Amino acid sequence: MRILNPLIAVLALVAVALMAAQVPGGQGLIGVVLPYLAFAIFLGGFAHRVKTWAKSPVPFRIPTTCGQANSLPWIKQNKLDCPSTKAGVIGRMLLEVFLFRSLFRNTRAEMHDGPKLVYGSSKSLWLFGLLFHYTFLVIVLRHLRLFMDPIPAFVGALEFGDGFMQIGVPVLYMTDAIFVGAITFLFLRRVVLPNIRYISLPADYFPLFLILGIAITGILMRYVLRVDIVSIKQLTHGLATFSPHVVGEIGSIFFVHVFLVCALMIYFPFSKLMHAGGVFMSPTRNMMNNSRMVRHINPWNDPNIKPHSYEHYEDEFREFMKEAGLPVDKE
Amino acid sequence: MYGKGRIIPALIIFIGLMTAPMWYGSGDASKLPNPEKPKGYTECVEDTQYMRTSHMKVLNDWRDDILREGGARVATTANGTEYVRSLQNGCMKCHNNREKFCGECHKYASVNPYCWDCHLQPKEAM
Repeated sequence: MRILNPLIAVLALVAVALMAAQVPGGQGLIGVVLPYLAFAIFLGGFAHRVKTWAKSPVPFRIPTTCGQANSLPWIKQNKLDCPSTKAGVIGRMLLEVFLFRSLFRNTRAEMHDGPKLVYGSSKSLWLFGLLFHYTFLVIVLRHLRLFMDPIPAFVGALEFGDGFMQIGVPVLYMTDAIFVGAITFLFLRRVVLPNIRYISLPADYFPLFLILGIAITGILMRYVLRVDIVSIKQLTHGLATFSPHVVGEIGSIFFVHVFLVCALMIYFPFSKLMHAGGVFMSPTRNMMNNSRMVRHINPWNDPNIKPHSYEHYEDEFREFMKEAGLPVDKE
Repeated sequence: MYGKGRIIPALIIFIGLMTAPMWYGSGDASKLPNPEKPKGYTECVEDTQYMRTSHMKVLNDWRDDILREGGARVATTANGTEYVRSLQNGCMKCHNNREKFCGECHKYASVNPYCWDCHLQPKEAM
């Protein structure tokens, strides 16, 4: 059920889009109104989520320490995995964001006869996660050709590199194939590995199905069903310049694609996909491990409450402690 | 809110990047490609909408059929007009200006087909 329900939800979205694209006015709704609405919800929701995170106080130093902390001069510090300086934190964050270092450290635990617990390296999640994110980025950037005029040079360069193999007409983009492969892996991983399946929720499967749906409709639109790209650019370029209208004959598949993308944008701020902004807001990653060098004082401590040493404590309660038979330092 | 000094600029940059196509000089959306229609011909090998979406498939199918399956060079349109199944000798016979016909939409949609890596325009060949 945890797999089936999200799948049904995505299929329902496809069905709704297919029907709406046939109804008069439906194309305008999906092609013009919904993208603006979804984009506004995406940006507003994203900023809102980041704002709520920024409001929660982080009174303690809680960076994840994955290496030797700064200590005595003759002990070598791991400056990236246990940063005690701002530069170290920035370095760790950049490597995390661009190379997913924490996934690279992923391990797999296996039970062997004996019984013996064995840990092994497990890089597949890192590899496919990285492929998934980078191909998604390239695909999004390639879409800029539909929203901009003149088209920036780097978009042309991406298209050229991506279609370098010159397979078929229109040329097959390598990222399309890698993207679908990577999502498929991320999905199968959740289904095949029993321990991952156990912790997977509908909120894990839904974005996978939704993104896979977007990829499949996009690929169908480009290679199989084919649509009038000029009419589409008129609409999408109109969206970017605030003068959109649906013209010409655009196939229904385009509206399904746009509908799913809008669903993703609306879903984004309310879901685990917010790790995009969350990684920067994560106190375990954006703090320096310098609690042995700097005294951090809880910002909302009441200044009227003075430190209470054990000496004072004993002075206050000496008689009661004696009565209860507790040892005291001073008689 | 904590860390205002970093978070607010970061959010502004994020929203700025996301909305780039809207404030980047995205030109005039009403400026459309206007491929030059051939003079003296009214019918293409398929209907206009099909040619708009699938002309590349037509070319690819011709190539595969003629070069690999030994298909015929000459075919007829729905109205019985004979044409040569060829880019240079067929398509370019009527649509004789690459820049003004092919280039118009291809430039608009940033499509760079590799036809011209090997093929020449009729004029260039002469």
